[in-house]
Amino acid sequence: MLLQVAAVTHPLSGSIADWVWLLPILPLAGFVINGAISLVSAARIGPHDPDMHAAGVDHHEPAAGSELPKHEIDGHQDPDRHVATRHSHAGIVSIVGPLVLGLSFVLAFAMFLAMRGVDMSTPVVQTYFSWMPVGSLSIDAALQLDQLSMVMVLVITGVGTLIHIFSIGYMREDPGYPRYFAYLNLFVFFMLVLVLGANYPVLFVGWEGVGLCSYLLIGFWFSEKANADAGKKAFIVNRIGDFGFLIAMFMMFASFGALDFAGVNAAAATLPMGAALLTAICLFLFLGCAGKSAQIPLYVWLPDAMAGPTPVSALIHAATMVTAGVYLVVRSSVLFSLAPVASLVVALVGAITAIFAATIGLKQWDIKKVLAYSTVSQLGYMFIAVGVGAYTAGVFHLVTHAFFKALLFLGAGSVIFAMHAAYHHTHNHDDAQDMRNMGGLRKHMPLTWGLMWAATLAIAGIPFFAGFFSKDEILAATFFRAGHSAIGDASLLGIPGSTILYIVYILAVASALLTAIYMTRMMIYTFHGPNRTGDAERPHLREAPWVMTAPLVVLGVLSVFGGWLNLPVLLPALGPVGLMEHWLDPVVGESSARLAGDAAHAAHSVSTELMLIGIAVLVAGGGMVLAFARLKPERLVPKAQSPAEEGFELVLANKYYVDEAYDAAIVNPTVQISRSVLWKGIDAGLIDGLMVNGSAALMRGFGWVGSRLQSGAVGTYAWVLVVGVIAVLGAVTLR
Amino acid sequence: MLAESLALSAVLFSIGVVGVLTRRNAIIIFMCVELMLNAVNLTFIAFSRFYGATGQVFVVFVMTVAAAEAAVGLAIIISIFRHKQTVNLQNINLMKG
Repeated sequence: MLLQVAAVTHPLSGSIADWVWLLPILPLAGFVINGAISLVSAARIGPHDPDMHAAGVDHHEPAAGSELPKHEIDGHQDPDRHVATRHSHAGIVSIVGPLVLGLSFVLAFAMFLAMRGVDMSTPVVQTYFSWMPVGSLSIDAALQLDQLSMVMVLVITGVGTLIHIFSIGYMREDPGYPRYFAYLNLFVFFMLVLVLGANYPVLFVGWEGVGLCSYLLIGFWFSEKANADAGKKAFIVNRIGDFGFLIAMFMMFASFGALDFAGVNAAAATLPMGAALLTAICLFLFLGCAGKSAQIPLYVWLPDAMAGPTPVSALIHAATMVTAGVYLVVRSSVLFSLAPVASLVVALVGAITAIFAATIGLKQWDIKKVLAYSTVSQLGYMFIAVGVGAYTAGVFHLVTHAFFKALLFLGAGSVIFAMHAAYHHTHNHDDAQDMRNMGGLRKHMPLTWGLMWAATLAIAGIPFFAGFFSKDEILAATFFRAGHSAIGDASLLGIPGSTILYIVYILAVASALLTAIYMTRMMIYTFHGPNRTGDAERPHLREAPWVMTAPLVVLGVLSVFGGWLNLPVLLPALGPVGLMEHWLDPVVGESSARLAGDAAHAAHSVSTELMLIGIAVLVAGGGMVLAFARLKPERLVPKAQSPAEEGFELVLANKYYVDEAYDAAIVNPTVQISRSVLWKGIDAGLIDGLMVNGSAALMRGFGWVGSRLQSGAVGTYAWVLVVGVIAVLGAVTLR
Repeated sequence: MLAESLALSAVLFSIGVVGVLTRRNAIIIFMCVELMLNAVNLTFIAFSRFYGATGQVFVVFVMTVAAAEAAVGLAIIISIFRHKQTVNLQNINLMKG
């Protein structure tokens, strides 16, 4: 009630913020249009379609003796899919798909400007209708716009628009072109619902919706089993996380009687710090986050998700959807800040994930796999930030990561696009994503090379690039809170919080070192040294068309200057400091201060802070120098001739055998138990055998006994009759 | 007087029952059934001395039914005999389930 009154008298009421519903509706309209086009044109393609036939003649001549590689991760090389013709409705789809996103972004930016003008301490809540009025629980279909949502909306629509534009080029020859844009639009719709929802159930609708779109887009080239399997894996692993999210919501309803953010926050604030209920709710929420944001132990789906088209990896599996978990923790910051033990778990899991994924990234050969593990690692960084209560730093890293990781993925997409086109020219079926088949691409794709170096420097944390500021803020916050703070005074399993936070800090620094190494390795192997693609293919390697490079340029600028969004107080010379800190203060300021305790106010010596920055820069620079010194791209040979890895390298290349371990420990037992107990035992045995067929057999047995009584001998009947009569008479007379 | 009559009819009835249960020849069983019917008739007559003529009316009914039954029953037995060349009930179990 209070909120609705507040909304009426809100400083933004009557302004453009009233149009907040239009933000998600625009991509939904795009989905409807593109989906309709996809369905209509799909219905028309038949065996007699002349276009299909003509295209088939052009491109169905695989080179003699060539062998299809077993592991087509991108699934982009199946010759059958290469009906290289532009979809008949590609024109209108190319306009509608990116346009709806562009309009959304413009609208969001206008709202951002409107919000800047007013001092708003409460969010704009727009209630549209009562969704679930059940007893004492009333859930509204309501959207809420506050500073945090605004940041997320700008990132989603902004980066989303760029990736949509890139997709026009990347997907132009795909027969599923309208379907692709329909899914992508639908994804943005659900993502906006996720970040704009005013209560947990609405958020959950978006949460599930993006999971659905992720599934659809990972398995976009579903005719190959590996891709379809990857989609299923992502979906199922996410269900485990969603189970946690649901339990958390049930617990909130049971104990708070409310599920809207304002109600839950108000109810939680009345509980004492560290209440067991809050810790449990937060841990269950974090299970959901671990699923969606690919944290240990549920990270295994994200590397496999690279089976989808590369722009999808950029949008969903790097920039937006996988950061939903970080968003959820920040959105629930009131709960998490009141549960320091849960926050410690978040930070620790984030740190372990960061270092774990970074080590795997060291030894991957698939360019997208390197980026996938890098994403897992960076998400771990974000969870370190939100775990220690540095919510702004987490969101800041989320934003800068969206810039540079989208750039890296799109750049990788551009490389794969060129490699694939070159292989396609010569009907070669080599792996277009394996870095051992690349090398020396700098000469052929100078623009992509330069932009990807910018992103690499940003992710490595080289000073004044975007990642430097966000990463440094996380490291500093972790270090300072490890001293004396509310979270540092808590303890997890008997280990004091400050010890854990120092461990987290060391792990974070170590993974920063590894990040610099594996990113430099990727750049060296892809762009430097001699080219290993093949003599026939080399002349066909060229830069992608402008529709793909233009978004790269924009993202490149953002990756370089993204740090200006939240400059550290230490460097006022560069410009206005702490813009995002001030912007997000109404949402997370209080929670952040609660967890920081004294650490927030303690005057940190400038020298300590400079030392921390120094360590971070030294580690990043050292990692890059080390990679340059140790890696010899000249010695690499193409994938087909590469020797097998051995020793620890083999363990890393096989991702610590985690997938195999999960298969052995969980998947296979589940399958076996399902087969032998649930199917053969319970379904076939108990239900079919005992209950259905058993009751039939029982009735048949009764029938058999009855039929034996019908002997046909009249004498027997007479005997039975007489005995019956005597019995009845006896019963009557002796009564 | 009544007691003797009832005792006689009880004896006759019991002989009939035992005959039906123990004999295998359809004709003899048939005759035993007639014996049981007549034992009942005797009871009716005996009671009608004390309770009015209703019993005698019933005796007429019973004899009518018995005559009809004898006609139908003998016809069935003859037809069975024609079919199976025997009237031994042990060999006749067409209704066996």
